[in-house]
Amino acid sequence: MDIKVLGTGCANCKATIALIDQIAKTRGVSITLEKVEELRDIMGYGVMSTPGVVIDGKVVHAGGVPSRDKIQQWLAGAA
Amino acid sequence: MSELALTLPRRNPRAFLLLAAIGWLLLYQALLPAAKALVRVLPVDPASHLGGALEFFLYDTPKVLLLLTAIVFVMGMVNSYFTPERTRALLAGRTEGVANVMAASLGIVTPFCSCSAVPLFIGFVQAGVPLGVTFSFLISAPMVNEVALTLLFAMFGWKVALLYMGLGLSVAIVAGWIIGRLKMEAYLEDWVRDMPRVHATADDTPLALAERVDAGFASVREIVGKVWPYILVGIAIGAGIHGWVPEDFMASFMGRQAWWSVPLAVLIGVPMYSNAAGVIPIVQALLAKGAALGTVLAFMMSVIALSLPEMVILRKVLKLRLIATFVGVVASGILLVGYVFNAVL
Repeated sequence: MDIKVLGTGCANCKATIALIDQIAKTRGVSITLEKVEELRDIMGYGVMSTPGVVIDGKVVHAGGVPSRDKIQQWLAGAA
Repeated sequence: MSELALTLPRRNPRAFLLLAAIGWLLLYQALLPAAKALVRVLPVDPASHLGGALEFFLYDTPKVLLLLTAIVFVMGMVNSYFTPERTRALLAGRTEGVANVMAASLGIVTPFCSCSAVPLFIGFVQAGVPLGVTFSFLISAPMVNEVALTLLFAMFGWKVALLYMGLGLSVAIVAGWIIGRLKMEAYLEDWVRDMPRVHATADDTPLALAERVDAGFASVREIVGKVWPYILVGIAIGAGIHGWVPEDFMASFMGRQAWWSVPLAVLIGVPMYSNAAGVIPIVQALLAKGAALGTVLAFMMSVIALSLPEMVILRKVLKLRLIATFVGVVASGILLVGYVFNAVL
């Protein structure tokens, strides 16, 4: 499962990456986690509010740190 | 019992909101008597300076935090109606003038984080929102927000809060309008202008009330969780000043008579970067020591609305000339606000 976190490097973006990483580790789901910080690339996904989350090329979340429940749902979908 | 309390917001959001409102009101009513009772128990004379300061602190801290929690919660729910996507769809293709007013007003209710400013900016321009209208939104969103207004209301009264809102909106509307008249589209970075135009659509899946309540909780966690230390410091300063520092300490150099105090406040405020809660302790201290209200509000506005880190990020999408115009126009607006305020009050 390929997860990208879109964001220009603010505190919320870092928190999002850390949270996804932590939940994936505890559930034993293997993911590739990547951050996209270049504005041009972020805009390419059509996201207006950061942090945004892209899973396998599809935007699943934008604006704010996603909730734990939400992340667990995404990861459950992959397993 | 505790399980019921935990699941109630999900199962019956209406009942939860009603119970929460009643509980909040009762708590709010009980604050003043509770603070007085608490001071009486402590081994200090309630009539002394220390007693007065303690009572002020013990009453104001929970009062401000309660007000802030309630308003941030409600705004979190309101925000869920105004996503950036919907705001953009409302503004796209409109002509300037009325749209500047709309954009500035929507800036109050649309959720906004300063790190999203640039993506939001590009997204607006890309969908055909006029440049000046986009700026009206970009100026008002961080400056006129519920945290700033609640704190001003709780600490300095509704008149100051309302004035701040009215003047903040005016600066955003007029500055955006002027930037629009200057026709500066050529000073967007080339890659921004060359981006494919998108059609503004808003995803209109309505949220259930329970989800909006969740959104309210989330913003309380995020906002109140972040700003409470600043508020504590602000109130502690207020309590500490209560009677100790000479009231006119600042009056000589930040009072109404010193004409140069407003430009100085703006000049110091512009490069500083802080959110509304972070400046409140400074505002509290300045006001208590006799600085003029207009000067202090001008300082607060310039700290929140303009900052050096924001300019650095904006530089990626705007050419220098447009950034300079943006800073110049907004700073002049704030300057004017400071002078008008000091003259009227």
